[in-house]
Amino acid sequence: MKLNGAQILLESLKQEEVDTIFGFPGGSVIGLYHELSNYSFHHYLVRHEQGGVHAADGYARASGKPGVVFVTSGPGATNTVTGIATAFMDSVPLVIFTGQVPTPLIGNDAFQEVDIVGISRPCTKHNYLVKDIKDLAKVVKEAFYISRSGRPGPVLVDLPKDVLAAEYEFSYPKKAHLRSYNPNYDPNTKQVRKAVELITKAQRPLIFAGGGVVTSNAHEELTWLARELQIPVTTSMMGLGSFPGNDDLWLGMLGMHGTYAANMAVYHTDLMISVGVRFDDRATGKLETFAPEAKLIHIDIDPTSIRKNVNVDIPIVADCRRALQALRKELTSTLQQENLAENFASWRGRVKGWSEEYPLSYKPSENSIKPQEVVEKLYELTKGEAIITTEVGQNQMWAAQHYLYHKPRTWISSGGLGTMGYGFPAAIGAQIAYPDSLVVDIAGDGSIQMNIQEMATAVCYGLPVKIIVLNNTYLGMVRQWQDLFYDKNYCATCMEKRPDFVKLAEAYGAEGYFVDNPKDIDAVLKKALESKNTVIVDVAVEKEENVYPMVPAGAGLNQMLLV
Amino acid sequence: MRRTLSVLVENEPAVLSRVAGLFSGRGFNIESLNVAPTLDRNVSLMTIQTDGDEQIVEQIIKQLRKLITVIKVVDMNEVNCVEREMVLLKVNATEDFRAEILRIVDIFRCKVVDVSPTELCLEATGDSSKLDALIKLLQRFGIKEIARTGVVAMRRGT
Repeated sequence: MKLNGAQILLESLKQEEVDTIFGFPGGSVIGLYHELSNYSFHHYLVRHEQGGVHAADGYARASGKPGVVFVTSGPGATNTVTGIATAFMDSVPLVIFTGQVPTPLIGNDAFQEVDIVGISRPCTKHNYLVKDIKDLAKVVKEAFYISRSGRPGPVLVDLPKDVLAAEYEFSYPKKAHLRSYNPNYDPNTKQVRKAVELITKAQRPLIFAGGGVVTSNAHEELTWLARELQIPVTTSMMGLGSFPGNDDLWLGMLGMHGTYAANMAVYHTDLMISVGVRFDDRATGKLETFAPEAKLIHIDIDPTSIRKNVNVDIPIVADCRRALQALRKELTSTLQQENLAENFASWRGRVKGWSEEYPLSYKPSENSIKPQEVVEKLYELTKGEAIITTEVGQNQMWAAQHYLYHKPRTWISSGGLGTMGYGFPAAIGAQIAYPDSLVVDIAGDGSIQMNIQEMATAVCYGLPVKIIVLNNTYLGMVRQWQDLFYDKNYCATCMEKRPDFVKLAEAYGAEGYFVDNPKDIDAVLKKALESKNTVIVDVAVEKEENVYPMVPAGAGLNQMLLV
Repeated sequence: MRRTLSVLVENEPAVLSRVAGLFSGRGFNIESLNVAPTLDRNVSLMTIQTDGDEQIVEQIIKQLRKLITVIKVVDMNEVNCVEREMVLLKVNATEDFRAEILRIVDIFRCKVVDVSPTELCLEATGDSSKLDALIKLLQRFGIKEIARTGVVAMRRGT
């Protein structure tokens, strides 16, 4: 049977088992939306395309399934770029369908025309312009395959209006055939053997896990490795949740705002087992003094991650999960002869000493609310069971430090790109993926205003997302840098005219609470978390509180400012 | 260090911008770039000359391989290969100098492809250093126009 392009696309999505779409219509995709009404997809109408992509991203990170987005041509397409770049940096599977002007008009500066394939080229894993209806089903198949497989990422498909209207016989390919793209999943056994050799010789091993462990669902294997050998674990910010944050071996996150123990362990380790990381500058600090005494094992599915920033002794290009499984298999016979965990006992003692010497801390106050205490309280009340999303800046760092993530995919934050305005729409997506879970966006007063329009989306679909605004009336992280490194010149970081977030919440039909007394924080948070509605809690926190520890940009991880 | 990469790519519209964009976006250097279809019309061969230390070149090769439309990347410096480049030159050639220019043409085994009363148009092939030497020699007569193809390379038979 012949179908039109819009129907072919929607039938293809069914074949890919897509049930949720985030979108915003417009001239070039009216035909697509016309057909959409005949299908049973859950389509979430967002209020801005950027919010739509972040929501799809949050959905994808929480569920592990690719997020799907529909937008129109021109501004609809350009508005997706920040969202796409965010997903690209953090390896999130998304498939974005953009409308395009009809093929005969392409290149003529037509109304709402933009070369989105050109614009999105450097921030997508791959992208397509479908010029012929014959290619549509094949392109959709390839787009989903590329997006999900290997190191996942966003794929954009540009759909001219006439292609969506043209008719063609629908047949969906069973497999995507790409001669030039064959991600490697299985580790090289020789390399695994060499890695085991290094582990048996090590005195001071450290596990450094990243987002790749979460993406490849390798948390159980990682946890086994750490517990069986009793090796302390740190993660990058993206790796939070890949190892239980309430385990004795957990050191906290490393890097610019990492814990003293984690950063000291990096400085003194003699074997770093790094899994699913890419050695970003915020994680490593000055490269010359990053793990200076260590041999490095690096497991990652993306060959470009290896030796990009640091030299590696044993590279293993593979899926993290399969590599860790192979490592486990290879270790089993060694473990029957030798108690490796015992070898590392004195090292564990040293690491524990660092944890006790300088744990994460702050000075509580009777007069003002400390942002850290809000996050700690939230952890207490939710027992670490909530899905936490964050905005970007101080709020994000406090959320990373003071909430303990027990499970993967409960920490959802823009790591690589550092996108303000990410957390709230991402929370919407996560809530849609898990309607029965408690989803909380830990926000700042700056970031939350970047995608505040999605309040309408949350309320419209009855999504009980909770937004906790750590409100210091500053762009806090920039102000912190100005405080520490730019002579306290608070240029353009002061946001004194605070909106009334309670009224704002109410205007959107949500619930709003304001709290500025430390004594009330417990009760207000409880009330908010128990609510069945979308809630904003505006917390007036200590204005000039800084995030510590801090490794100044360009310094080594052992050169932390502690207070 | 100068490196020559042979890059087989799918012959499709955006492929050049993907490769060129990768170099510019990541701050890699392109010294020369040459593209043309192979015997299989669906596949093109790009020959890219680039510069960089070992770690950078390793990244360039890996990043190229990561592009979905790139089929194969060969570092020609790792294999025994022939490299050639062609140049077209338009040289001032008044009567006083014509004989001397033609001697140089002879030595370098160039071809004269066009003649006018005051100019000679020359074609030369060779490796880049030979062409550089030729250009240097001809400069004193005045080179009016120059067009170089960039390097192409091929693995020698085994």
